[in-house]
Amino acid sequence: MNTFTTEDALRSRWSPDAKPRAVRWLAGLGVIAAVLTVVLWFLASRLTGVGYVVGIIATVATLLGAVTFLGAAAVIQFSTLVGRLLFRLAFLIFLGGIGATIVIAWIPALLWPQKPLVVRDVLAVIGAVGFVSIFASFAIWWERKVAGRIQSRLGPMRVGGWHGWAQSMADGLKLFQKEDLMPGGGDVSLFRMAAYVAFVPALGLFIALPFSVAWVGRDLDVGLIFIVAMFGLGVIGVLLGGWASNNKWSMYGAMREACQVISYEIPLGFSLLVPIMIAGTLRLTTIGELQSGGFWTWLAFRNPCTLIAAITFLIATLASCKRAPFDLPEAESELVAGYMTEYSGFRWALFMFAEYAEMFAAGALAAILFFGAWHSPLPASWGAAWASGPLWQRALHGVVFSGPLWLIFKGIFFVYVQIWLRWTLPRIRLDQVMHACVQYMLPVTMVALLAQTFWELLVRDGSTLAFVANVLCTAVGVVAFIGIIRFVVYGLRHRRQLVGTLAIEHLPGS
Amino acid sequence: MSGEAVAFYLLALLAAGSALGCVFARHIVRMALCLLGALGAVALLYFLMAANFLGVVQLIVYAGGTLVVIVFGVMLTSRTAGVQLRPKLIEAIGGAIVCLGLLAGLVTILVRTAWPAAKASPQAYDVAQLGNELLSTYLVPFELVSVLLLAVMIGAAYLAQPEGDGKAIRDKR
Repeated sequence: MNTFTTEDALRSRWSPDAKPRAVRWLAGLGVIAAVLTVVLWFLASRLTGVGYVVGIIATVATLLGAVTFLGAAAVIQFSTLVGRLLFRLAFLIFLGGIGATIVIAWIPALLWPQKPLVVRDVLAVIGAVGFVSIFASFAIWWERKVAGRIQSRLGPMRVGGWHGWAQSMADGLKLFQKEDLMPGGGDVSLFRMAAYVAFVPALGLFIALPFSVAWVGRDLDVGLIFIVAMFGLGVIGVLLGGWASNNKWSMYGAMREACQVISYEIPLGFSLLVPIMIAGTLRLTTIGELQSGGFWTWLAFRNPCTLIAAITFLIATLASCKRAPFDLPEAESELVAGYMTEYSGFRWALFMFAEYAEMFAAGALAAILFFGAWHSPLPASWGAAWASGPLWQRALHGVVFSGPLWLIFKGIFFVYVQIWLRWTLPRIRLDQVMHACVQYMLPVTMVALLAQTFWELLVRDGSTLAFVANVLCTAVGVVAFIGIIRFVVYGLRHRRQLVGTLAIEHLPGS
Repeated sequence: MSGEAVAFYLLALLAAGSALGCVFARHIVRMALCLLGALGAVALLYFLMAANFLGVVQLIVYAGGTLVVIVFGVMLTSRTAGVQLRPKLIEAIGGAIVCLGLLAGLVTILVRTAWPAAKASPQAYDVAQLGNELLSTYLVPFELVSVLLLAVMIGAAYLAQPEGDGKAIRDKR
């Protein structure tokens, strides 16, 4: 097969005489820095007190500089060798990066009791940034693979070897190098700022989003509304970006976004109120802990009202994450790319990162509120003895019963559902979006809310009615899950076939 | 100076700076962005004072809701090139007089009030507690506000109606 190699990537970059010159300069700077390091070290060892500290810091800085310069020179000199080595080791580096991110994200949990709040917050933010970047690059690759499979293609296959796993990283490298184009006649400073205004709230979500009881940046008592507020703030970035682009398509995209997100915030809020009413709190960790007793205690399966609220919540988050069938703001077949039309390079990547971060947050929120949060389908009480045992038992408890991995898994599952819907459903018109919101979503969620109010008042927790409702709703959930699994198995078994043939020969009704 | 004091002065600077920017900006959309900065900084000040609920409500109602409606309205009504807002001299003088009066009043209040010494750490108000208070002690003001909101909604629906009784539009359909 034709593979894209490092030689190909580097061939056009270096003119023949530029390369040796760059190597000479970098190596020279590296040698100078190394000599400086020795001199500074000599000086620092003579000094005492503050001078010693300053000397040591300067020594370390120059040492780092020397290593960087010499390393850069070596990389450029032996570029093909280094490139080949990197490609060999790339998958290991990728896995190591994911591992490091997870460790960084989990360090705060270890520091909790000591309460150095600033350190904790800094670590939480670093963990959130790491998680968002890794997740976004993974999800973009995955979305392209799923889209390919749904459309009877293979999707990205070249970069990195195994199923094009490094495609997102290659794209990221490309985006960093791209020119940062500014639209003529647009408001340049607003245009620059809009990408950050869209990205920061998407990151801010993760400060209050708990991955488990202990693994949360800030366990706010208003965590749920904080996250909803952050979802709402992201709109402003899109609006400003669309306006500042001085482009009709961008403008239309921004308008549609504002329209759609504001309208769908109302059914979103109403469906959020249902679990809040059951839990009696806005603290997400408490709502999650309510559902620790196995999958039949998950809030979605509690009674019909919560089941309806779970479904309307998922639909409303589709609209607020601008995913199909509600992807009107970027509608690529009519508006080029909607509000992102004029963006390129890094700022465009920021918008994409914000979108995928919001998708994961929406999925995780759905899991926390309705689908058992960070608990596995097994009741947590079965593993109570493991929860306080030696380290290996606690680790096993985290994998089998409840832990951040389960929340990440559920979040990724809901992201998969969003991807799957996007490539299956057609886009609906704006008036249909509004009509669906005001005429269907709003009444349905209001009825669910009202019914839940009366349910709370009239039906006691241990009564027969509550039990029957619980069993029926759980049965609906289990049947739906088995259905999804059956489709997955069917798809896996027929993965080598083209969709057309598949539809003709195998699907029911052919 | 403690970390909290540093954070306070930074946020206060951000709030005041954005408010000034909002007044002096010429572009109406830039004004909206400055307003976002000011509202966000005030929300962060609330968070700093452990008033989490107030901060979140500030973000969701003003920054997330009202501001989006304002920007949306501006985009719908003004042309893309943007309207340059230049206040007339008389308007500037009138505004300055009102602002100076307000400043004098606020400074007087600040100087005259005997401020109680701050407690060691501010009491974090629980949301449940807040809800209970709203629906028991402060029920009457709470309900009055809801009546006001209803009146505003009806007024908005009335204003949004086309001229006449809207019959022409309905007939067209």
